[in-house]
Amino acid sequence: MSPPEQNEGRRLRVRPYAITGGRTRSTTDIALETIVVTTRRGEEMSGRLTMEKGRIVALCRTPLSVAEISAYLSVPLGVARVLVGDMTEEGYVDFNRARPAGDRPDLKLLERVLDGLQAL
Amino acid sequence: MASKPSDDVETTNGSSPPPMPVKIVVAGGFAVGKTTFVGSISEIEPLTTEAAMTKVAEDVDNVGSATAKTTTTVAMDFGRISLGTDLILYLFGTPGQDRFWFMWDDLVRGAIGAVVMVDTRKLEESFPAIDYFEEHEVPFVIGVNCFEGKAAHDVPDVREALAVNPDTPVVLCDARERASTKMVLLELVQHALARATAASV
Ligand SMILES: Nc1nc2c(ncn2[C@@H]2O[C@H](COP(=O)(O)OP(=O)(O)OP(=O)(O)O)[C@@H](O)[C@H]2O)c(=O)[nH]1
Ligand SMILES: [Mg+2]
Repeated sequence: MSPPEQNEGRRLRVRPYAITGGRTRSTTDIALETIVVTTRRGEEMSGRLTMEKGRIVALCRTPLSVAEISAYLSVPLGVARVLVGDMTEEGYVDFNRARPAGDRPDLKLLERVLDGLQAL
Repeated sequence: MASKPSDDVETTNGSSPPPMPVKIVVAGGFAVGKTTFVGSISEIEPLTTEAAMTKVAEDVDNVGSATAKTTTTVAMDFGRISLGTDLILYLFGTPGQDRFWFMWDDLVRGAIGAVVMVDTRKLEESFPAIDYFEEHEVPFVIGVNCFEGKAAHDVPDVREALAVNPDTPVVLCDARERASTKMVLLELVQHALARATAASV
């Protein structure tokens, strides 16, 4: 029997694609820059999620992009994408759907970016 | 913290939507200053993420036989800039080697545009990126990184050597300086705006 603290120390690295059941694509259309936040449901379920999903729920109390999730979890982008896609469908996280991933920013959005940069 | 985080991220009923992301791609040859450029303005230390690519290689010595699979990992770094509370700009540096085109398609999808960093001592290293952005109609600007405090060649020479469209901005910059990086990004957004405006009339 090992003491419980041992689990808190160095973790074994999980083979990334084992986490996603071998899938490298998600059914939801998610970009590298899609910003994810934890939902109330995700918060409520946090104790019962797998390690990676639990970490995403904890991380995304502050909005974070899929790229950031990938970097903080040390998993490849594709894996972060699949996890976020699944968690979106499960209702644990959500993202802003005002602009479909892949659309070029329109004039209004470009104006906002310009104003924002100028104000830096 | 006073309030439960979940109170203000209850997004499913639309009470407080998550911020909107926008992105700019930073491309160019090897060691041209892409990471330095991103780091000079990012509010976080640039992060690195990996994309794994599985390539199915044909066994040329044994035509018709089973194919071999190889996995290549491409590292990519990026930074972020919050523009107010509801908009976040991400800057993605492209992986150095231009053979990773699969990554580029993902990177430029939905992007505002790109900054192509060039070093005048090895201009040709920027050609593949310029070709790619022209072909995919991605708005881009050229940032001439001044390694010795000044560019070895002036802007008209660089423009001529790169043979870019006359509308394409070519600007001198110092990737280490936040103000310079900001100026290059403003140049790009203005350029993207001008192009979007022209396309909408
Ligand atoms: N003098 C000077 N040095 C610079 C400038 N920009 C970058 N450097 C230096 O050039 C080197 C390469 O810069 P990086 O930012 O790592 O270049 P990179 O394009 O990200 O490199 P790779 O990702 O390896 O292709 C670093 O040692 C920088 O400190 C600049 O404007 N002036
Ligand atoms: Mg770099």
